[in-house]
Amino acid sequence: MSLGKAVLEGDRRALARALTLVENQHPDAEEIVRDIHGHTGHAIVVGITGAPGVGKSTLVDRLAGHFLAAGRTVGILAVDPSSPFTGGALLGDRIRMEGRGSGVFMRSIAARGQLGGLARSTPRAIQLLEAAGRDFILLETVGAGQSEVDVMGYADTTLVVVAPGLGDDVQAFKAGILEIGDIFVVNKADRPGADQTARELRQMLSLGPRRAWRPPVLSTTAQTGEGIGEIAEAILEHKASMERDPEVGVRHLHEAERFLRQAVAEQLADAAVARAKASGRWAPLVEEVAHRRKDPIWAAREIVSGEER
Amino acid sequence: MTESANATRPIRVLVGKPGLDGHDRGAKVVARALRDAGMEVIYTGLHQTPEEIVEAALQEDVDVVGLSILSGAHNTLVPRVIELLHAQGLDDVHVMVGGIIPEEDAEELRKLGVVAVFGPGTETEEIVRFTRSCAREA
Ligand SMILES: Nc1nc2c(ncn2[C@@H]2O[C@H](COP(=O)(O)OP(=O)(O)OP(=O)(O)O)[C@@H](O)[C@H]2O)c(=O)[nH]1
Ligand SMILES: [Mg+2]
Repeated sequence: MSLGKAVLEGDRRALARALTLVENQHPDAEEIVRDIHGHTGHAIVVGITGAPGVGKSTLVDRLAGHFLAAGRTVGILAVDPSSPFTGGALLGDRIRMEGRGSGVFMRSIAARGQLGGLARSTPRAIQLLEAAGRDFILLETVGAGQSEVDVMGYADTTLVVVAPGLGDDVQAFKAGILEIGDIFVVNKADRPGADQTARELRQMLSLGPRRAWRPPVLSTTAQTGEGIGEIAEAILEHKASMERDPEVGVRHLHEAERFLRQAVAEQLADAAVARAKASGRWAPLVEEVAHRRKDPIWAAREIVSGEER
Repeated sequence: MTESANATRPIRVLVGKPGLDGHDRGAKVVARALRDAGMEVIYTGLHQTPEEIVEAALQEDVDVVGLSILSGAHNTLVPRVIELLHAQGLDDVHVMVGGIIPEEDAEELRKLGVVAVFGPGTETEEIVRFTRSCAREA
């Protein structure tokens, strides 16, 4: 049986292997993705982002428990940065998971730093979990780099998590995080300053553009599970609101266009680089760019057009 | 697709602490050393049951499982982990054990299929080197 079929039948080991192939951008991944593609698109993908240590993983675990108790299945993708120097990564998000057995399928993903790598593999990893029958997919990323923020573009609903007393709240809000949040969570509500943080957040949000969906600011104590039910409700409300939104069809088209454009860019880039390597022009051009004798944009033109400049 | 993809695939290692002892300093030191050697290390934290460790190994599709056991319960925990790995069809996952393990116990664990047993004073370089040799094909 093909790996893709095994994934569709709910074989967890096949799912794990397929995720590895997708993550490694292995050639076999293409076939798997083709096999499962018709069985995707139905899950609710929830992005959870925020500064290190605000309680994202704890929140993810409690949300997973909530959905499980409601008879739904859950997949989790937890993305952590790789070291730019060694390529290694310490993936610790599982520490917060409370032995939920096979009811939750969780995969820790190292961002691996390669340009666009995460952007390439994440939508496929989501599709695999969907094909394996997961109703909710929770996608945790540290809201640190641009690539992690980009990954949130794959979520239907994005939770931005903050905690009181981090000191850098206001700065974090400035870095474009207000725009990507559909639901704001002030976690660690048991800590002093939580109300203040929630107030500040509401104030800032009220200055933003008016949209059909007004992002709520909700408080949780993930450690005890306090407030988790309200988050789950807000996720479903957001989904319903998106479905009512007349703009939603347009947005789907935009999204499809973005995916297609990205896939075209990847394939063209792979082909052009392979051609340049085969003709022996890649290495010298890399050298010239490294020594600033050539601008990368001009070097790229040479590679794309196949002509020397 | 990109030709470099598979050649640079990092080794994935699960570092787990089954059992009841609450000392994870050693496990953390090893986890960090493996990360600094370019591996992707999934650290599962304290007090894991063998079932949880094996389920995590399955989901994370790791090459190697490293178990840190200081409680003295290695003679029950390790065989159970190995049994569960086989039951899940994870026969190609290598199991390493670290902790205070008497030599005759270590010998028994090796017979069960444990590829390496590391005592308290083991240099992290040695653990790194050994883990590297356990990388799975493809
Ligand atoms: N007081 C308090 N502590 C919490 C709460 N939620 C999580 N924590 C603690 O905060 C710490 C970090 O929690 P994580 O869930 O690992 O946070 P994270 O955002 O996933 O962290 P990274 O993945 O490292 O960015 C842990 O010690 C948690 O136990 C909460 O509601 N209240
Ligand atoms: Mg986390």
